[in-house]
Amino acid sequence: MEQMLNGANQELLVFTLGAEEYGIDILKVQEIRGYDAVTSIANAPAFIKGVINLRGHIVPIVDMRIKFNLGNVTYDQFTVVIILSLVGRTVGIVVDGVSDVVTLTQEQVRPAPEFGAALDTSFMRGLGSIEERMIILLDIEKLMTSEEMALVEEVAA
Amino acid sequence: MTMTIDMSQFIGVFFDEAAEHLANMESLLLQLDLASPDDESLNAIFRAAHSIKGGAATFGFSDLADVTHILENLLDRLRKHELPLQAVMVDVFLQAGDVLRSMLDAHRGFGVVDDTAIAGVTARLEQLAAVHDSAAPPVHEEPPKDRAGDGRLTGWLHIGADPQCDTRNFLDSLQAHGHVHEVDEAARSGSVRYRMTLRGPLEDLLSELEFALAPEAIRWEALPVGGMAVKDDGAQPVRLSPAQDDDPGYGFFEPLAQDSAEENAAYGFFEPLDKESDDTAAQGYGFFVPPESLPVVPDASSRPADEPVLASSSAPDREVAVSESSGGGTTRPAVPGKSVAVHETSIRVGVEKVDQLLNLVGELVITQSMLAQNVGVLDPALYGHLISGVQQLERNTRELQESVMSIRMMPISSVFNRFPRLVHDLAAKLDKKVELRMLGEQTELDKGFIEKLADPLTHLVRNSLDHGIEAPEVRLAAGKAETGTLTLKAFHRGGSIVIEVRDDGAGLHRERILAKARERGMPVSDAMTDGEVWQLIFEAGFSTAAEVTDVSGRGVGMDVVRRNIQAMGGRIEIESMQGVGSTISIRLPLTLAILDGMSIQVGSEIYIIPLSFIVESLQPVREMVKTVTGQGRVINVRGEYLPVVALHEVFHVEPRIAEFHQGLIIIVEADGQKIALFVDDLLGQHQVVVKNLETNYRRVAGVAGATIMGDGRVAFILDVSTLVRLAQSKPQQVQEREPA
Repeated sequence: MEQMLNGANQELLVFTLGAEEYGIDILKVQEIRGYDAVTSIANAPAFIKGVINLRGHIVPIVDMRIKFNLGNVTYDQFTVVIILSLVGRTVGIVVDGVSDVVTLTQEQVRPAPEFGAALDTSFMRGLGSIEERMIILLDIEKLMTSEEMALVEEVAA
Repeated sequence: MTMTIDMSQFIGVFFDEAAEHLANMESLLLQLDLASPDDESLNAIFRAAHSIKGGAATFGFSDLADVTHILENLLDRLRKHELPLQAVMVDVFLQAGDVLRSMLDAHRGFGVVDDTAIAGVTARLEQLAAVHDSAAPPVHEEPPKDRAGDGRLTGWLHIGADPQCDTRNFLDSLQAHGHVHEVDEAARSGSVRYRMTLRGPLEDLLSELEFALAPEAIRWEALPVGGMAVKDDGAQPVRLSPAQDDDPGYGFFEPLAQDSAEENAAYGFFEPLDKESDDTAAQGYGFFVPPESLPVVPDASSRPADEPVLASSSAPDREVAVSESSGGGTTRPAVPGKSVAVHETSIRVGVEKVDQLLNLVGELVITQSMLAQNVGVLDPALYGHLISGVQQLERNTRELQESVMSIRMMPISSVFNRFPRLVHDLAAKLDKKVELRMLGEQTELDKGFIEKLADPLTHLVRNSLDHGIEAPEVRLAAGKAETGTLTLKAFHRGGSIVIEVRDDGAGLHRERILAKARERGMPVSDAMTDGEVWQLIFEAGFSTAAEVTDVSGRGVGMDVVRRNIQAMGGRIEIESMQGVGSTISIRLPLTLAILDGMSIQVGSEIYIIPLSFIVESLQPVREMVKTVTGQGRVINVRGEYLPVVALHEVFHVEPRIAEFHQGLIIIVEADGQKIALFVDDLLGQHQVVVKNLETNYRRVAGVAGATIMGDGRVAFILDVSTLVRLAQSKPQQVQEREPA
């Protein structure tokens, strides 16, 4: 991550949750697909919608809108799932929409403030600004493997 | 060894083969009848040692070759009945096998060789040979000069054109095996022939060449030695003149040690002369008796000639004549060479390749059932061809799936094979008499299980020997046969494989287990059934052994055994009767990858229950379901009260059917306990491809895995053992996340 921050430019996929824009490292994105045929998991947190069959792999789906309490939680043919490929795991996240892919230079990235976000700032790599837009840069890998997301087995239980 | 071919890629093969030979040797040794050893077995043991030696010498593992050489010498004398077989020899041979195995491992990069162990075994082997040498016929005094040179074989080596390999580069490697006098290249065909005198046995050369060349491209044409034709009669060549016309003096100065490493006893003609003196005493026995006595000493006179015949008759799949001994007068028996047949009938493939294949076939099965489902709604009149095509696809897919599955299947003998040795050693250590019987060794199961079964089974066998089977005097006092019987049995039952470890020993001691459980503060009562009492021994740290031995009794083990078996999706059950013996059965699914399941509907969700857990399903009438203290529910099934678990409550699904008498009850059994699952509906029976949920997610309580249904949706496979356990303990706990 350090290298990412220090590197000249970074390419980000920007998605929206409500009125907020979030950016994740595009290299972590495997594909973008519609929301379809999710099998719910018993006793899982509400934001874990369930699992899908992604070409023979069982992939869990997390609804970021529920997790961060943002946006309208509806499921229709326009609901977007971003499939992420993280440290040997595949996870899908449901977002309000995918807006674009942006390239940020180092100057455009500001450190994240210590308040105000719906999520723990330790999962934020900073704030990017393009003209009037503010993009919250997420360390998606750290977030998805955190205990908070309940996606991975607790290390020592 | 100067080789232009890169040998390193074959070293792995050598290690694998050597390990197989060692295992083979060990099992044969253990089967030997000490009183009257079977010639066939002795020969097979000898051949195993010999093959290891040949390979070791080829790859330059001289330490391996040296130890095997000594071992081989003793074995050779045994198989020729020059020495009587003794129990102590079998033990030393087994030790030698262990030492060889550790040396192999060391060469592979695991562990270190214990030099003292090597020296110890070598010394004992030599000692055994020496003790009997004094009794052996005095044939040591063979003139050493006779040995030089004339043991060598001269002939034309034909190497056919091979597009894969530049045959001209072989000159170097050939020179490692003998002296090349002449190279004759046929420009037209690209084939080459070399006239050469071999230093070692032909077999060594051929087997080395076969690493690089197709066996049919190699042909050996023997030439007369010393100006005389090689006769068919194997006993004769010894009498040939030692002169070497084409290369006088060659071989006189060859170090004998090298010869000994490369000599090959299976090749019968000249070997006795090539050997070190003590070796000659054994192998050359009979060669120097007066010719007139030859016919009446069949053992000596017939040996060289009939040996290859013996070899090929005993193991036809391993032995193939490499050279059609060039017709005419210069004949010699076909040399048992590296097995062409084996290469044609089996190949070694990495497990990951097979698994990939299996995964792909799994995908194909899913795609096929998706297609079938979609085609099912079409009008057969309009889409007849499409429908029949899809049906054909279904048949082919099933067959393909079965074939691919069968690749992963291995006979359980590869696990069982270790036990004769284990039982042999343990019985000696514990001063018990034990006969091991193994049944159903050819039962096939998934390779993944084979590897994981070894440890639990070893544990069970050790337990049976230590705690189960009594000491001989105790057995006699109890009116049993002095020798205890331990039976390992594998067989198919329904969709699973059952492996039993049975002994006719003392059986489990119910009172002692209960007392021990109370001591440990476990909630037990005298009213517990035997089955429940036996389950106690699977608790961690539970041991009823009166004293801790170094074999078992420390109380670690049975809980690990059960956990290992459960991790494989299997179950473990105990039957025992005091004084009569006990049987521990392990029940495993046929394979990890595919499972026979019943799909059931609960609300909008579909779940799969593995068929092996299902006892029966029934439609309850209202009166069958009763409540206990207002919360727990039980169902009366033919007089048996079983706890009822409503799946929709476990998985928080909105059921379509809330009343018991409108839905279905499925009785499942795990760990000897039955529970009744209440579901909305039964959908049907499927073969499902098991997918791991933990690859991308985490473990979910009550779910063993997932699968993909015909419509592409994911369905969970229920973990019946967990459901049963949770139902038994605290029903509420099911709803909480189980701690990992």
